[in-house]
Amino acid sequence: MKEFTYTIREAVGIHARPAGLLVKEVKKHASTVTIVKGDKSVNALKLMALMGMGIKCGDTVTVRVEGEDEEAAAPALEAFFSEHL
Amino acid sequence: MITIQGKGVSAGVGVGPLYFYHRHDSVVPRYTVTDTDAEWHRFKGAQTGAVEQLGELAEKARAETGDEGAQLFEAHQMMVEDLDYEEAIEQRISGQHLNAEAAIADAGEQFAAMFEAMNDPYMQARAADVRDVSRRMLDILAGTRPDTFDPEGPVVLAAEDLAPSETIQMDKSKILGFITAGGSGSSHTAILARTLGIPAIVGAGSALKPEYAGREVILDGATGNIVIDPDDMTRDRLLKKREEQQRLQRLLQTLKGQPNTTKDGRSIRIYCNIASPEDVHAVQVNDGGGVGLFRSEFLYLYSADYPTEEQQFEAYKQVLSDMEGKEVIIRTMDIGADKQIDYFRLPEEKNPALGMRALRICLTRPELFRTQLRALYRASAFGRLGIMFPMVASVWEVREAKRLCEEVKRELKEEGVPYGEQVELGIMIETPAAVLLSDRLAKEVDFFSIGTNDLTQYTLACDRQNNNMGRFYDPHHPAVLRMIRLTAENAHKDGIWGGICGELAADLTLTETFLAMGIDELSVAPRAVLPLRNAVRMTDTRQSGPRILAALESEYDTV
Repeated sequence: MKEFTYTIREAVGIHARPAGLLVKEVKKHASTVTIVKGDKSVNALKLMALMGMGIKCGDTVTVRVEGEDEEAAAPALEAFFSEHL
Repeated sequence: MITIQGKGVSAGVGVGPLYFYHRHDSVVPRYTVTDTDAEWHRFKGAQTGAVEQLGELAEKARAETGDEGAQLFEAHQMMVEDLDYEEAIEQRISGQHLNAEAAIADAGEQFAAMFEAMNDPYMQARAADVRDVSRRMLDILAGTRPDTFDPEGPVVLAAEDLAPSETIQMDKSKILGFITAGGSGSSHTAILARTLGIPAIVGAGSALKPEYAGREVILDGATGNIVIDPDDMTRDRLLKKREEQQRLQRLLQTLKGQPNTTKDGRSIRIYCNIASPEDVHAVQVNDGGGVGLFRSEFLYLYSADYPTEEQQFEAYKQVLSDMEGKEVIIRTMDIGADKQIDYFRLPEEKNPALGMRALRICLTRPELFRTQLRALYRASAFGRLGIMFPMVASVWEVREAKRLCEEVKRELKEEGVPYGEQVELGIMIETPAAVLLSDRLAKEVDFFSIGTNDLTQYTLACDRQNNNMGRFYDPHHPAVLRMIRLTAENAHKDGIWGGICGELAADLTLTETFLAMGIDELSVAPRAVLPLRNAVRMTDTRQSGPRILAALESEYDTV
């Protein structure tokens, strides 16, 4: 399992459009991606649950990547976060 | 002539016939089924159809408004295919034996309710997205296409509310303006209207009656004013306004990135007044140099109980990081007087404007003040912060507030919590006492910011909430202007800066006067930045300065 933390910079947080971009990115990889904020966690393929986390600008989240392509997927996702979120 | 007041969310004047867009909100059929497999396949069919339709809409949006608009519909596509949403529908079909339509509608409502319960206006607005995708599938099952918008010529479009998928399907060349009965400033209609530069007003309410369809309407997206069957004078006035606005807009766009410097080389800082973290976007779009007044009251006003240190910290931190190192001056809570909050349980007062308000509450209930100061200092690690105390009348009040700041900093240091070392402390100048003591107060703080609305009220003994005061409440009164000048002079004697953050700062008829007085900063609504910059750049203080100051100090009433 690979893991990294990230602080959201997107002004409106993870709402519909940014969440959609994230789901699209996650679908490119075979690994299961989990977003953890505080004591809540959600599968990053579940758009509405992701939006329901209410992740705002300035929030720090932990991103967990687990699966056969995790070595490649984790850095790709980290790059995606810093570019879009 | 009928006048309706709504909330202007996209500036500009539009005129044309009023067109009502009705969506046929047909009743959702609801019955129990025995063949749940067949029902599941009906849902899957509708889902596939919706994904296809949304794909087409995304491409249309990409062509019209670029990637951002397209991404919204792509997000809608994912909502349609969302695993939890699908599961909620599946449970209703196979578990409760509901028909596909009722299952879709109920599941949609379940998720809409979840978004509506979130304490973030952006997320609350997402409830409309879920309802929109649910309706799309219901339309497919019913075999109906969404209502068509097909007027003969350009119209002002009115509706109860508009879903993003509805607005994107419309031919924008036929839309002169949007008016909705419901909706908010962060709704998609508002955002889309601003992107496309079409005037828009939301929240017109029930005053907007379908029977007005076809009649002539003028809307002013800047003021939220809607006039049905305007008389010639009103039409002429608003059309002239539209022409001026269009000319001014073209000019102002060329001023972005330009300095606020007069013809004779004097510069002034133009900052913005904001009331919530979402307003930062407007500051950036209008090229504001910083935030001169962030009213922290929103945290208290939109809350059922005292906001926690954590909630406040998040809001302040967001503004500071979004402003990317530009100065942000946050005013500590200005509660009381015209801003009453139930949970503060303030005793009823005969004269709230002269009563327990702002800093007076903070010094009386230091535990509340301490929470806010801790949140502010913690946030100061994320940008360039200034803290400003409102409603100062005495030097001791400022000293006491500063002492509390020192205590909070010491606490944070002991806890090992980082905070900025360069936080500027300032006060609002809004009482005649503060003006007359500004020489002494200047020795206590780093800056002054003059609140002209209250300063006018207290100087002229005129209640600003009393609409009958008319010409007696005059912010241009020479006594008010002399107070502003005295404050600026006393600030400069001690080497600190003095600005204005009241409404008067944006008054272009006074820009020359403020420049002549040596005011260092003007903080105005974001949309007023570029007009003000324009006025500053047209001024030559060498010519007008001495005359203005002489008139102000003259013992004869020349005005």
